[in-house]
Amino acid sequence: MSVTTAAGAKVYQAPGEAGSPVDVKARYENFIGGHWVAPVHGEYMKDLSPANARQFTEVPRSTREDIELALDAAHAAKDAWGETSLTERARILNRIADVIEEHTEMLAVAETWDNGKPVRETLAADIPLAADHFRYFAGETRALTGTSTEIDKDTVAYHFHEPLGVVGQIIPFNFPLLMAAWKLAPALAGGNCTVIKPASSTPWSILKLAELIGDVVPPGVLNIVTGPGGEIGKALATSRRIAKIAFTGETVTGRLIMQYAAENIIPSTTELGGKSPNVFFADVMDRDDAFLDKAVEGLVLYAFNKGEVCTCPSRALIQESVYDRFMERCLDRIGRIRQGNPLDVSTQMGPQNSRQQLDKIMSYVDIGLAEGAELLIGGKQPELDGELADGYFFEPTVLKGHNKMRVFQEEIFGPVLAVTTFRDEAEAIEIANDTLYGLGAGVWTRNGNLAYRMGRAIKAGRVWTNCYHQYPAGAAFGGYKMSGVGRELYRETLTEHYSQTKSLLVSYSDQALGLF
Amino acid sequence: MASTGGRPRIDRVTATPAALAALARLRERRGAVLLYQSGGCCDGSLPVCLEQGDLRIGDGDVLLGLVGGCPVYIDNRQYAVWKHTQLIIDVGEGEPEGFSLPAGDGRQFVTRSRVFSPAELASLQETGASCRFTEGEPSS
Repeated sequence: MSVTTAAGAKVYQAPGEAGSPVDVKARYENFIGGHWVAPVHGEYMKDLSPANARQFTEVPRSTREDIELALDAAHAAKDAWGETSLTERARILNRIADVIEEHTEMLAVAETWDNGKPVRETLAADIPLAADHFRYFAGETRALTGTSTEIDKDTVAYHFHEPLGVVGQIIPFNFPLLMAAWKLAPALAGGNCTVIKPASSTPWSILKLAELIGDVVPPGVLNIVTGPGGEIGKALATSRRIAKIAFTGETVTGRLIMQYAAENIIPSTTELGGKSPNVFFADVMDRDDAFLDKAVEGLVLYAFNKGEVCTCPSRALIQESVYDRFMERCLDRIGRIRQGNPLDVSTQMGPQNSRQQLDKIMSYVDIGLAEGAELLIGGKQPELDGELADGYFFEPTVLKGHNKMRVFQEEIFGPVLAVTTFRDEAEAIEIANDTLYGLGAGVWTRNGNLAYRMGRAIKAGRVWTNCYHQYPAGAAFGGYKMSGVGRELYRETLTEHYSQTKSLLVSYSDQALGLF
Repeated sequence: MASTGGRPRIDRVTATPAALAALARLRERRGAVLLYQSGGCCDGSLPVCLEQGDLRIGDGDVLLGLVGGCPVYIDNRQYAVWKHTQLIIDVGEGEPEGFSLPAGDGRQFVTRSRVFSPAELASLQETGASCRFTEGEPSS
């Protein structure tokens, strides 16, 4: 399954190569109604690995007709799935989790090859978290209860959670399998059938997942259609045959999603990114201990998943009295990040997801420098050997500047940290909140009261306190301000975003109202 | 920097020949289109290309200018933090991830940026070019 290099590092063979844990077909089809279905118009699009910029398979370039086929299958399945007992739905979600876990290595390598993220991350985070997400919603489903309210002695309101029916879901390229799990688990838990569209640049790993769970989930409950967002994403989002639309991506498409939902009078949930501040108070330097080491790593986490994370801690705010000493340690750690073959378990940073992402990142570094930012480290592509030389790699980069610069105000979606200083708590809050977005934030201090005040003052849906980039199921995730609408990862995702509330108001009295 | 009526005019948005050609081809095939500068996650820095009338344009949208007759908009909250830069619409490799129309031949619209010089910024303020242009529908 893997080879061990002279240096002792484990390296997986690329999908399709002899000895790889993943096999690759020359072509994949849409997964509709439990079957592999060729696109109506017979067109396909290339899927490239960002590690070497080479095509390794192709997937359907679907059209509106394929979305209709998927909706047909979902509607055919929705009544039976909606009436499936909570016990059985929970059993199926747990079975999905088991299958993911049993195939961790295969799915991790597939995900790494499609996305570019290092396999040490997919093995340790993406795949285990995806499995756990299904388990969490299996638990919530099995334990789901309605309520009853005694309105008066003879009148009772019973509240039931009922499925929405068929939902549409559109997911991004940065965590293809984990984002699929975030969307699918609560939808299926709620008794809904789904039509899901993966990102155009990472359509493959979810199809590998469907190969594994195709016979675990009843036909038509899960339908996967690949293709361009402007064609099939729009066809799905504008369809009057969906009861809800969920989307993760950029703001203009998010706005279209909400507009289409308004036209059809259905609910939508959107997660549209951020520009998350990571705030370090002077007391982190009070002692040279494990906590300081953790705080340094906390800053360097901007390079996690090569910065392609909605909550990337891409603005570091450091109290000025310790800036030089703290940054020195951080830059030392950043300078030792290992870039290279993402299938090598010792690699810490893989390539960016696509050529366009790489181009964008380079252009932002140029803008930052033109705005007067100071380049502290990185700022260019690394020199790598062999076929990796064609990969979309970029060095972890730090720019020092001020919060009005565009590199502080926009989500670069790359390993580019914008760092600035603050004097005191009030200025830290002011800078942290001086952004259009409010998805994530980090606060680092040894002072619990300060940490609490900061956590409450920062206008963001998630404030990591003395930690960062943890995504456990059970902790709500979602945005303030332009970062979107709705919450994922916790119970209310199931009960508020993927269920209807039915109130059955029953009178047990024989007495008429007496009005007529 | 373009010249109109002898007075130098500074454009908030321009486009490369490749972008203009792609917009012209799109207009032939699909009718009038617009570009809207996106923000946020994933493809957040790209201009989203849409058929005119698809996205509802409201009072919070700033018209940056026209490129090849195609209006280019930005959210006024985003404009507030981008206005010291000129946007240059270009095409780059790749398929759009969102609902943007592609630029053709496996390419998509991209935004490049240039920081205005202090003189240009002063001139933009003098000519009032930094205020909103939302009144009146642009012709395409």
